[in-house]
Amino acid sequence: MTLRREFLKQSGFLVVSLGAWCRPSDVAEAAQAVQAAPGTRGPGPYPDKDFLQLDSWIAVREDNTATFYVGKTDLGQGTGTAFRQMMADELDVAYANTSVVMDSTDITVDQGGSGGSDGIQVDGWPMRRVAAEARRMLLDLAAPRLGVPVAGLVVTDGVVSVRDDESRRVTYGELIGARRFNVTLSGRNVDATTGQAPVKPVSALKHVGQSPQRYDIPSKVDGSEEWAVDVRLPGMVHARNVKPPVAGAQLASVDESSVRSLPGFVKVVTKGNYVAVVFEREEQAVRAARQLECQWTKPATAPFPASDDLFDYMRAATPESSAPPVDAGDPAAAFAGAATVVEARYDVPFQGHTAFGPAHATADPTGDQLTIYSNDMKSYGLRNGVAEFLKMPRDRVRVVWMQGPQAYGRTAADDAGFEAAYLATELGRPVRVQWMRDEETAWDTKGPAYAVDMRGALDGTGALTAVEYTARAADHNHLGYNEPDTVLIAQLTGQRKTTPARGRASTPSDMYAIPHRRTTTHVVSLPLVWETPLRTGNLRDPDGPQVTFASESFIDEMAVAAKADPAEFRLALLTRGTGDDSGFKRARSIAVMKAAMAAYGWQARPAGPRNSGDVVTGRGIAYAYRSQTVVAQIVEVEVNRRTGHVWAKRMVCAHDCGLVINPEGLRRTLECGMLHSLSRALHEEVRFDREKVTSVDWVSHPTLTHADTPERIDIVIVNGDPTPGRADLPHYGAGETVCKPTLAAVGNAIFDATGVRLRRVPFRDARVLAALKGATGTFDHLY
Amino acid sequence: MRPITLKVNGATHTVGVEPATPLLYVLRNDLGLRGPRFGCGLGQCGACTVIINGEAVRSCVRATSSVEGVEITTLEGLSRNGVLHPLQQAWIDEQVPQCGFCQNGQILTAKVLLDKNPRPTDADIRQAMARTLCRCMTYYRVQAAIKRAAAGGVA
Repeated sequence: MTLRREFLKQSGFLVVSLGAWCRPSDVAEAAQAVQAAPGTRGPGPYPDKDFLQLDSWIAVREDNTATFYVGKTDLGQGTGTAFRQMMADELDVAYANTSVVMDSTDITVDQGGSGGSDGIQVDGWPMRRVAAEARRMLLDLAAPRLGVPVAGLVVTDGVVSVRDDESRRVTYGELIGARRFNVTLSGRNVDATTGQAPVKPVSALKHVGQSPQRYDIPSKVDGSEEWAVDVRLPGMVHARNVKPPVAGAQLASVDESSVRSLPGFVKVVTKGNYVAVVFEREEQAVRAARQLECQWTKPATAPFPASDDLFDYMRAATPESSAPPVDAGDPAAAFAGAATVVEARYDVPFQGHTAFGPAHATADPTGDQLTIYSNDMKSYGLRNGVAEFLKMPRDRVRVVWMQGPQAYGRTAADDAGFEAAYLATELGRPVRVQWMRDEETAWDTKGPAYAVDMRGALDGTGALTAVEYTARAADHNHLGYNEPDTVLIAQLTGQRKTTPARGRASTPSDMYAIPHRRTTTHVVSLPLVWETPLRTGNLRDPDGPQVTFASESFIDEMAVAAKADPAEFRLALLTRGTGDDSGFKRARSIAVMKAAMAAYGWQARPAGPRNSGDVVTGRGIAYAYRSQTVVAQIVEVEVNRRTGHVWAKRMVCAHDCGLVINPEGLRRTLECGMLHSLSRALHEEVRFDREKVTSVDWVSHPTLTHADTPERIDIVIVNGDPTPGRADLPHYGAGETVCKPTLAAVGNAIFDATGVRLRRVPFRDARVLAALKGATGTFDHLY
Repeated sequence: MRPITLKVNGATHTVGVEPATPLLYVLRNDLGLRGPRFGCGLGQCGACTVIINGEAVRSCVRATSSVEGVEITTLEGLSRNGVLHPLQQAWIDEQVPQCGFCQNGQILTAKVLLDKNPRPTDADIRQAMARTLCRCMTYYRVQAAIKRAAAGGVA
């Protein structure tokens, strides 16, 4: 029996509870419901929920249950469970009596949806504060009722009792059940929302730090979950897109007669270069999309170089934008006086989200308004963008977030939401849009390719004195989230902006105490800027894996040049730092490094091969920092020198994100985040010729599989704060920092095993084998 | 288009569809099932997995007419009288899913493995599960859950 069902049974307030889970069939039913009850769904219009009203965040019912309304999503990492724990603690209710509604624009506050791994780190604070304020209000209601001042009251699991006579008690439900708090909060923005009540000290938190099981797992395991892909509405039709066969091609003509006689035909929709077929049944739309005869005019110039030539192109291209070099110390003098200078180049190709379930959305235009059912992680952004795109009043558009496939950043879910909305308004019927596998893999947004040149100097003692970092990112026109003028349908229909976004090239963190640095960044463009499948956008820890692959591989190379143990070399650089240590991130970095080494059983020695034979083993370490979260990883690899195959046999991850809300949930998030980057290290690359993306399915675009899974993974949760038990220990993010170091840790381990340095990911068998055989070049032709 | 009779999770349904329609679309859109999902339409990922004659079958590339009258089991059909299958329980105990979109294929492929091989080695598990993909990379926990269920004597 799921928690959800238990709650439904217990709550006795069916209308609100149904709204809580966003089932489309329930939306219509709930539209008939009592308007006064907090969190109730209505028929629209849908004005923004006022984040300065306590009732926008929390509803307490007669049966002593509480529902929290938050403007975040849960991408499968247990944030919804964590929010319940945090708010249950501050409100003082039993965890089992809580539920959470996430990111539906008609009934939740706008907290920006998910992104930046800041759900716990940033948005958790207003959630805690408003729950604390609700507790304060309930105590104020209880005091006159029990005839005792607030100071004489205690609360346990939503029951207020008199401290000296616990038989005198009243429940939260009896105090306020289903009525409104009518309390106005303060705060200049949603993140600053607060009441008067302080949050509890860490020592008083009893749900935080426990590991209740995720409430969303049972329905995902028994088949009962209603996902965004499952939305079925009366009169709904199915759409499939027809993408240009060559990037940048212009639609010359469409022969509608090629599909008009097929069963279930509804419409062929064309506008500019956007083409979709709409049919009554799904398989009919799939067939028609393949069968529709379109004439396309190829662009006069190639949209991009072939992926084999990408890095040569990027290094030769005139940058679209450059940041002036940023110097610390005197790098020129340090290099001039160096005992040893090391140079190396690192390349990371475009890598995609490549969602396991291709992009999808369903839009319902019934009743002069629009409801979009989507797994996009930013419902309010999608709502605002669609309203602007379709020139509808915002309060006539609603986005209901539902579960979906992994969506770590700016995915094509954004695009599908706009397409469904557009088609639904064109047809006046509910429309379900579903991208196909090749469409998703070729056309989803990509993490930008990076070409990084590094140079480092050692002094006569083997100390690292200077590092130069020069990055070129293929990231001109970096897409934001749900922008009405950059989503793919806006580009294809000619409703796009005229000026591309400037994009960016990121730099490594500066936690290592390197006295002299020069950091230079350039953004380069491919020839085709719009209507391209090589659209760049945020992909989980945007730029982090690319940048950290270069910086943490290079630190390893410097350690080799210094004949130093790579872990000790890093520790020395961290320990030497005397500058800013806000949030104690340097102290905590040293703690995670030491914790990873202890968990692995690290013995100090310089990296390099120690054994012969077909299968050799090695270990690699890498460290990273992001937004106060610190991580160190150690990977042990087996390399088959005959086949080039690399297996990450063992992985250790030490991680400090401050106060941990749900340790077991955190462990799984870290395991999976690390393995996501392992997949990027070993397998993932967007391949293309001079016309189109050629990696379009799970054969041409391989991913990590069960066969690649490490034999052993150790997650070490570290609290390296100098005062680990302090009352105000912050909770930092955990979704992305873990993705940074893995690529470098694997490459460093391969060097340790074989003595061969791989500076280009992914480490597919053929590339590794070629490197082991001493071939020169980047081996791009091999993959 | 003709009437086709399907036996799914012990119930009989008659649907009127083109015989070549992939079984996946009929299960989802005509029978309203949510366990099997579209992931690739190419039989490469496993999201659409169902069990037919004791084998894990990719319903996205199986013509509906080819399974007429054959017993088909979907994720929804695994529990008995409201009690989860031990593999499903192991999935909850291990807290396996992240997003969960692939887990239909993971659970059903694991069931077929354990039905044939109640005490699989680690190598057996890796081999049997190799073609069932997960983009959240829950593989480590999937394998732990399979071992947990096997240790509990699922088959």
